[in-house]
Amino acid sequence: MGVVSFVAKRIGLYLAVLFIGLTITFMLPRLMPINPVDGYIGQIQSRANGTLTAEAIAELRVNLEQLYGLKGDVFTQYVSYLKRIVLSFDFGPSFTYYPQPVSAMILNALPWTLGLLLTSTVIAWLLGNLVGLVAGYFHKQKAASLLEFVGILLYPIPYYILAVTMLLLLAYIFPVFPLSATFPVGQMTPEKFGMVIYNSLLPGITLVLAGFGWNILSMKALTVATTEEPYVTYARLKGTSNWTRMTRYVFRNALLPQVTALALSLGMVFNGALLTEMIFSYPGIGLVMRTAANGGDYNVLYGAITISIIAVATAGLVIDLLYPLLDPRIRHK
Amino acid sequence: MSIDVNNIDPVAIVVTPTPASTSRKGSLIWLLNVRLTLGLIILFVMGLGSFILPGFAPVDPSIQASYMRNLPVSGVHLLGTNALGQDIFWFLVFAIRNSLTLGIVVAVGVTIIATVVGLSAGYIGGRFERIVMLFVDTFITVPLLPILIIMGALIRGNTSFLTVGFIIVLFGWAWDARTVRAMALSLREREFINMARFSGANTMQILLREIFPYVSAYMVVGFINTVLFAINTEATLAVIGLSKVEVPTLGSIIFWALNYNALFTGQYVWLVAPIIATITLFLGLFLTSTGFNQAFASKRGVS
Repeated sequence: MGVVSFVAKRIGLYLAVLFIGLTITFMLPRLMPINPVDGYIGQIQSRANGTLTAEAIAELRVNLEQLYGLKGDVFTQYVSYLKRIVLSFDFGPSFTYYPQPVSAMILNALPWTLGLLLTSTVIAWLLGNLVGLVAGYFHKQKAASLLEFVGILLYPIPYYILAVTMLLLLAYIFPVFPLSATFPVGQMTPEKFGMVIYNSLLPGITLVLAGFGWNILSMKALTVATTEEPYVTYARLKGTSNWTRMTRYVFRNALLPQVTALALSLGMVFNGALLTEMIFSYPGIGLVMRTAANGGDYNVLYGAITISIIAVATAGLVIDLLYPLLDPRIRHK
Repeated sequence: MSIDVNNIDPVAIVVTPTPASTSRKGSLIWLLNVRLTLGLIILFVMGLGSFILPGFAPVDPSIQASYMRNLPVSGVHLLGTNALGQDIFWFLVFAIRNSLTLGIVVAVGVTIIATVVGLSAGYIGGRFERIVMLFVDTFITVPLLPILIIMGALIRGNTSFLTVGFIIVLFGWAWDARTVRAMALSLREREFINMARFSGANTMQILLREIFPYVSAYMVVGFINTVLFAINTEATLAVIGLSKVEVPTLGSIIFWALNYNALFTGQYVWLVAPIIATITLFLGLFLTSTGFNQAFASKRGVS
């Protein structure tokens, strides 16, 4: 009974968050003093060297408004917007690559982003937690504070600075990696697969370094706190080895909050994707968004944002629902 | 991902190291002093320098072609000049000043909103809290950077530097509100709050006189972290070219350097100087905030 109502409440929260999130993305551009249709007509006109007649423009405007769901008052637009997205996952066509639907563009880019970002997030999480565990468990020794120092040094560095520095060091001064990633198109062969991996290494390493610092610091803090728990002292008095205590007693219990942190950092994946893909010109949602932002391609931007809102909210939901299974200390009354 | 690390509740990671204080009292004071002192020295030098020096600037560094282009490092131009004919040293001084100002302005805004929202939600509770927290959770869920990019793309060109700050406030208050609420929740159960309530104090009085002094120490830490977050976000936008890149900031100097391929034309100083300045500033802010936290924790004797 308790479990059912907990799950129902959490799913209710999830739906509410999605709803508010979609509403915010709907409202934002409408509060802005810019009309995408005007922009698009301007583009067409400059392409046609201003030879369009006034009637042709008016006709174009009506067509475009219908196409982009800008017809009617705000409320009608809002209802049709929700209907389109929730029921058919349809964000309309791209402005720049006109007949191509946004959802197809995003689905093409998604595997690249997810492949790179999920891999590096998980690696950063595992590495950071291991280093943090050692740094926290042996925090009374000077050598362990060196490990923490790595975290302190890495954590406050802004991501773009880290990325530019990595690019400078490993692609320019020591040209180990390519300056700009190139990716083969068409059928995937083992050779092409190797190329993809090689080209993904530099952005991957940068992402790992960026996520690493935070994990070290938080895991270290958690470990130190757990080490002081009475059951760890009891285990020591019982005569268990350092190793057993570190892995079985401290690690398992300190790890739990980090699982939640992992869920939250999945949300950061989309932020990270943007910068990574821009700086390393890696094909993915970030690059799609970058091109869209520059070209005023709003449909694409909304599609990408909606995807990230859904993904982040879903990740949070899944982790919250799984959490009681992992942590016996949590009780839902 | 460190670009938005402040979204992952910075207070949470800096609050927790405190248990160490019980186990090694002697060595911790040494550590605390080193962190806080080091951080404050960095901030003091950079802050004072960037606020006093602009008074002595020969010309406005954002004006292009004030000097010969691509001059090397010399006594006249401490860091040389860039491909736009701007003095890199002065550009950097103005950049640090503008970034710091923006950071402080945004942090003031975020701290006020977060405190009001978080304290009232945590203390009043009930349906009010549920509705407020729903909004907080949504603002946390909405990924900041894509939204900022949309806004940047929409208002680019016809915006002031302050608008950028306003947008960062709008999407940056939620995490802090969540932290403040968590503190308010635990405070609500303390004896001295009940004491005040039974003595006839109303909600407003309790919030201001009883709870606020208790959370103010955390506010300082949260404030510094928000400064860091705001500078970082603006700089990120600028690097992508979606902030007001004409205004010298730590991000815009890197934007121009990258745009003019400083890397390939051999102008390392143009790119490396702002990178070093930014890292130093961020390290200073980070050390100060964690140092403060440890200082407060050990003062309270919290274990």
